[in-house]
Amino acid sequence: MPTVKSLEDLKKIREEALKKQQLKETSGKTELIVGMGTVGIAAGARETLKTILDMIERDNLSDIIVRQTGNIGLDSFEPIVQVVLPGQDKVTYGKVNPEMAKRIMKEHVLAGKIVEEYQIEG
Amino acid sequence: MRELALHILDIAENSISAGATKIEINIDEDLQEDILKILIKDNGKGMSPDTLARITDPFVTSRTTRKVGLGIPFFKAAAEACEGTLNMNSQIGLGTAVEVNFKHSHIDRMPLGDISGTLLTLIIGTPDVHWTYKHTVNNNQFIFDDEPIKETLDGLSLCNPGVMKFIREMLQDGIHSLYQGQPKRIH
Repeated sequence: MPTVKSLEDLKKIREEALKKQQLKETSGKTELIVGMGTVGIAAGARETLKTILDMIERDNLSDIIVRQTGNIGLDSFEPIVQVVLPGQDKVTYGKVNPEMAKRIMKEHVLAGKIVEEYQIEG
Repeated sequence: MRELALHILDIAENSISAGATKIEINIDEDLQEDILKILIKDNGKGMSPDTLARITDPFVTSRTTRKVGLGIPFFKAAAEACEGTLNMNSQIGLGTAVEVNFKHSHIDRMPLGDISGTLLTLIIGTPDVHWTYKHTVNNNQFIFDDEPIKETLDGLSLCNPGVMKFIREMLQDGIHSLYQGQPKRIH
């Protein structure tokens, strides 16, 4: 169970975020959705999602929301990653391994340019 | 699936699909009894006795895009290959519990694997669910409950990098500590 001391650390993180006004509404943030159905998991979707979380933690990226969802219904393209930039349409990427996830983060999520070669209809 | 942690992830996804708001994942490694027990329990919508009786059939599924649901049959097969069992209990309106037991030392028993990675995926990726995790290895116990963390955060997203690091370290350190001071190496 988290000790009182460690929850204190968490309070400090919250205060920092408050100062940087990171408590803003979901609507201003980029959303990434990773499919985690049985086929996705077997295809490595957990590693793909872990890579995304790892980049957020390491590079201190704020205003990104990561969600995982069940089967998206595109089994032959798993692992699937969907990216929704604020105010833009959802973009669906297929067969996303950790290396591709890093590229999608750098080029699309951070620089706004869709990685067309990974994109699928969805 | 090459890790039990991936099977656990898969079954937890079923709980999420069933609309659960509270999901418990318990792992008990008892080396005296040579048993590895996994329990995934949810408060989702549950299943009728009829569905429950047929759930281990791969052609029984709630999926609409395809007529095959492999998660439970795969996990059951993995257990039975190690002199283990998979049992499910469910009640409509109350929830479902999946309990899987393995002979811990069985040569074909796949490793537990990256359980903290699985938990991170679930906790951060599905923040609307209240997650609890209890893992026992002989006499060592680690309990994780995300509720006090969410209360302290009071609206700050779990996807905040500092929060993510906090949760990740807490899980990794807690799980690692389970295997310290044990009489022999455990895999």
